[in-house]
Amino acid sequence: MTTKRTFRVWRGSGEGELVHYEVEVNEGEVVLDVLHRLQATQVPDLAVRWNCKAGKCGSCSVEINGRPRLSCMTRMSTFEPEEPITITPMRTFPVIRDLVCDVSFNYQKAREIPSFTPDPGTEPGDFRMAQADVERSQEFRKCIECFLCQNVCHVIRDHEENKEHFSGPRYLIRVTELEMHPEDTADRRTISQEEFGLGYCNITKCCTEVCPEHIKITDNGLIPLKERVADRKYDPLVWLGSKIGLRKGADTPIAPNTRKPSSAPEQ
Amino acid sequence: MTSTLPPPENPNATRAHISQRTFRTDRWWLGPLLTALGLAVFLVYATARVFQQDHYWVAEHHYLTPFYSPCLAAQCEPGSAIFGTLPWEFPWFIPYAIVSMPFLLLFRFTCYYYRKAYYRSIWQAPTACAVREPHARYTGESRFPMLGQNLHRYFFYAAFLIALINTYDAFAALLFGGENGGVGIGVGNLILFTNVVLLWCYTLSCHSCRHVFGGRLKSFGSNPVRYWMWTQISRINPWHMTFAWVTLGTLMLTDLYVALVASGVITDLRIFN
Repeated sequence: MTTKRTFRVWRGSGEGELVHYEVEVNEGEVVLDVLHRLQATQVPDLAVRWNCKAGKCGSCSVEINGRPRLSCMTRMSTFEPEEPITITPMRTFPVIRDLVCDVSFNYQKAREIPSFTPDPGTEPGDFRMAQADVERSQEFRKCIECFLCQNVCHVIRDHEENKEHFSGPRYLIRVTELEMHPEDTADRRTISQEEFGLGYCNITKCCTEVCPEHIKITDNGLIPLKERVADRKYDPLVWLGSKIGLRKGADTPIAPNTRKPSSAPEQ
Repeated sequence: MTSTLPPPENPNATRAHISQRTFRTDRWWLGPLLTALGLAVFLVYATARVFQQDHYWVAEHHYLTPFYSPCLAAQCEPGSAIFGTLPWEFPWFIPYAIVSMPFLLLFRFTCYYYRKAYYRSIWQAPTACAVREPHARYTGESRFPMLGQNLHRYFFYAAFLIALINTYDAFAALLFGGENGGVGIGVGNLILFTNVVLLWCYTLSCHSCRHVFGGRLKSFGSNPVRYWMWTQISRINPWHMTFAWVTLGTLMLTDLYVALVASGVITDLRIFN
């Protein structure tokens, strides 16, 4: 069945505006299909970022009726028949044009995370991990980097000034993944709070709500990381030990990949 | 990680200048509204009952409301104070259960679920996802006094001990609440036990509990017993929000039942005496 639907689409750069279009919609289509039809029939210069059309590449993130979604995974049948559909770019990032954002903020934050830091004494092929340990971090590896969680997080969405101090949920779960890795020797608890802004997170779970991969970002990533930070920074015994000098050398808040192996065999 | 080239500088690119608070068309305000109302109902009820200092103990059946457990004031009714009483009478503004009430309140106040609930519904940070919050600046839990939220685990330890006391209360009512101080079962016992089981569900599904029992481990493979405990807690952890609300309800219902029986408004139906 074919119907005409009203679309309000953001056109232009940051100073752009919403423009109304009447577009044909067929049964079984998703929002991205309709945007492609709009591009093909009415506005050939409409900028839309997309790639796989299967919810796996994370390219087509936009806001549909105010909700951060992947346009390729949003069925037209989920809207009321006469409901106009408003499509805007992600609000947290600068607009390059129309629905395409400059998401380089995320790549910058990714580069700031110290990489996996194994014991230098361990040879490649020597790692042995229990399946339970593999599964624990595997959940975070499902991330397709659509940046919907980064977009919806009010810490930077509503307060652009926090961008410098807050890495966002996507990169905090990356830190969690490394912190939980049995073979990672770097202590990431202090930098989680001081460099990546974990304390800004007030666990209101919007990141979990919008995740198209259904990663339990808050329950399995951010809260466990907050608890680990509490182990290190807000435990009164640890604090006392630090004050009286008992914890000298107990932590590794230094730069990554520089830690001397503690259990490496003597050469 | 594959490195990427730095993005080309584009100082003119800005966010979309959209003045509307949100384009959401669903009833996003309903959840926060109901949450605020639910919390307000409990706070009003609990405050009124805690300071009432009456109708908290049914001597005949050994029913003690959880709001007065453990009862510590000198004026606690005989039999209601399992640890004995302090030598002083408490003025009206000090709850009889002064050692448990503040910790239970702080356990719930710093709970990861309740934080979400009141940050959204009361503090409006944010009211709902993708709805612009009304605050000019935001520092979250990165500064004093909000850094205190990191003390949740210590309140969990206290809540664990208090749950043990509530469990004792429920068993005491069962074992000593019948005729001549023997075993007896009434509707009140069923209510007390239901409340205690749900309180344990709420306490053990806590995120701090999950962390303490196994979440803090770097390797599950070398700690199979703690991994098993973490797995069991992880099973009930997704229900933490549900238990948080259900226990607010059961606490009020249990207290109301004890208050009604203690004041003589209703009679406890006995199943076995």
